[in-house]
Amino acid sequence: MPKLTVDGKEVEVPGGTNLIEAARKAGVEVPHYCYHPGLSIAGQCRLCMVDLEKAPRPTIACNTTATEGMVVLTETDRVRETRKSIMEFHLINHPLDCPVCDQAGECWLQIYYMKHGLYDPRMTDEKVHKPKAVPLGPHVMLDAERCILCSRCVRFCDEITATGELGIFERGDHSEIGLFPGRALDNPYSGNVVDICPVGALTDRDFRFQVRVWYLDSAKSVCPGCARGCNIDVHVNRRRPHHAEGRRVARLKPRFNEAVNRWWLCDAGRYGFTFVDDQDRLLVPTRREGETVSDATWDDAIVALAATFRRSPPDEIGIIASPKMANEDLFALRRLLDNLALRRVAFRVPPRVAGDQDNFLIRADKNPNSLGAELVGLGGDSRAVLEAARARRLRCLVIFGHDLLASEWPEAEVREALGAVETVIFVGSNAHATSAAAHWVLPAAAWVERDGTYTNFEGRVQRFRPAVEPLGQALAEWEIVGRLLAALGVDSTATRPEHWFRQLVAAVPAFAGLSYQALGDGGRLLPGAVRA
Amino acid sequence: MNFRQRFYLVEVLSGLWLTAAHFFRNMGRHVAHAVGASRTGGAVTIQYPEERRPYSPRLRSLHRLVRREDGSPRCVACMMCETVCPAHCIYIVAEEHPNPDIEKVPRRFDIDLGKCVFCGYCVEACPEDAIRMDTGILEFSSYSRGGMIYTKEMLLSLEAAGADGRPRSPIPVPADRTA
Repeated sequence: MPKLTVDGKEVEVPGGTNLIEAARKAGVEVPHYCYHPGLSIAGQCRLCMVDLEKAPRPTIACNTTATEGMVVLTETDRVRETRKSIMEFHLINHPLDCPVCDQAGECWLQIYYMKHGLYDPRMTDEKVHKPKAVPLGPHVMLDAERCILCSRCVRFCDEITATGELGIFERGDHSEIGLFPGRALDNPYSGNVVDICPVGALTDRDFRFQVRVWYLDSAKSVCPGCARGCNIDVHVNRRRPHHAEGRRVARLKPRFNEAVNRWWLCDAGRYGFTFVDDQDRLLVPTRREGETVSDATWDDAIVALAATFRRSPPDEIGIIASPKMANEDLFALRRLLDNLALRRVAFRVPPRVAGDQDNFLIRADKNPNSLGAELVGLGGDSRAVLEAARARRLRCLVIFGHDLLASEWPEAEVREALGAVETVIFVGSNAHATSAAAHWVLPAAAWVERDGTYTNFEGRVQRFRPAVEPLGQALAEWEIVGRLLAALGVDSTATRPEHWFRQLVAAVPAFAGLSYQALGDGGRLLPGAVRA
Repeated sequence: MNFRQRFYLVEVLSGLWLTAAHFFRNMGRHVAHAVGASRTGGAVTIQYPEERRPYSPRLRSLHRLVRREDGSPRCVACMMCETVCPAHCIYIVAEEHPNPDIEKVPRRFDIDLGKCVFCGYCVEACPEDAIRMDTGILEFSSYSRGGMIYTKEMLLSLEAAGADGRPRSPIPVPADRTA
């Protein structure tokens, strides 16, 4: 463990640490473009120059390993002058089209120019022009003029996805990023190059021109796209609703978590949020009698459902929960089951098309909380519930979220089952064929509209936080179940998801010792979990 | 109120006295001017709208969107004016421009003049000189709030005021009114 001094602060770092990371540990920020902790070291941008005691000239911090007794100075006049000159060099051919550039506001050229540049430009010649607005693939747009050739995107495609679509072509100031002939940037992780691009050269085609980044608010969350549970930031536009025609969630960005996804996020997760602001969102509780569908109030719906539950023998009530529900929802449901002694309960519905999986982030199980549902004790035989319905042995069937008619089960059998049950209750966020076949439809809040926790496939419990208000009258599932419990006369004091989580921790041994405080931003492994 | 002010009639009479004093003083000045005894005349009322005071060249009047040579807006929908606007009265929705050198254009550019405070920050903030407040138009009105919202097409149709400061374009007719 070498001990070194950065700007007078002594710091001890593991052997092999470079000076950017060592300085970060000492609380000193060394500006840089090409260095990224998840990628190999390129030494392209030359911006991370620092002075070393007894060294004749400044040296790049990214490719210098910390050694015992090293004295690093990051703010000498010589270093400042070097940075300024390098900034001027980077910006010589920059088009300065910040007004139309999506990166403006989160651009490291803007940030470092204001911090380390502030020179009077001396460039009098015509700037070199390169291709603009070139689509590289389904998600990424290239502007070669804005590029500073840091090669982060090239290294990402070479080292992380190992697909090698991108390269640097031509020479000198005509160098530009481009695709190899016949290739497209269409790997399942292509969106990450937009995140790591420090300038506006690579922008997101989905987010492009939707909203300016300074209007965005952010909430820490977890991706619900698969069992991995990648940590994300949800960026929402609440201040300029006219910008994206009612689209509130602007984009998802990966949030660093060493134990889960590090800096990365797959494209399926990144662009899988559109259901939140979709036209098919359920907004009010509705009741269907024959062909007529009428709006209902929550009070009417809860009273009617409680009456149905009271009327039916426990054996004639079937419940299909969802592995997309949070632990809190599932435990509220468990309370309901225990109180009514229901036993026809399940949560797994096989998808029509099996999910894809790779050895990086993407998991075949496209549900964020299958393990949580299993641990809470809802893991029954879902096929048996369906068969019971078909055999007219169910009077009431509650379906959470699932579109049974789009599952692996034969559509005719599902239709027969749904037709054979007296009261089908659907609780979910979006309308589909199954919700249309239900007698009661209760709108549930989407994951970005509420608080809760998911348990990922390796047993990591992670918290997601609300970013926007629920649409219409939608409520979180724990609240819907909680209101039903109250209507059935069960004393329930849980008025917040955290209360349910506490009850869950007290009742289910697998969750012992956890709390919202303990989960923090990075989540916690279940006490019994072994890291896969 | 002091003791004297409590007597209604005293205050009314003192008010009438003030008005009458100005009336006779002004009339005296007009007569003196008419007979050549004084170079300056008395106070006059400008017969608006037939007569108008000259406008200052710095006047901030109704906004307009500047056009390129082909008639398309010069605006690139950078949202600087929308961001700086203290009244939040500018509504821009951007879209892709087929020419990658222009890249971004407003699909929608509305100004809600019912909210606008005519501070001129939008003009200051614009990096493309695409919005100006030099039409010389001050008299626009509407019977409804919705009629105060001026769209991109209305703003693009306006011209700068002439050298005399008089508007050269007709006042746009709000959507809620016919001619």
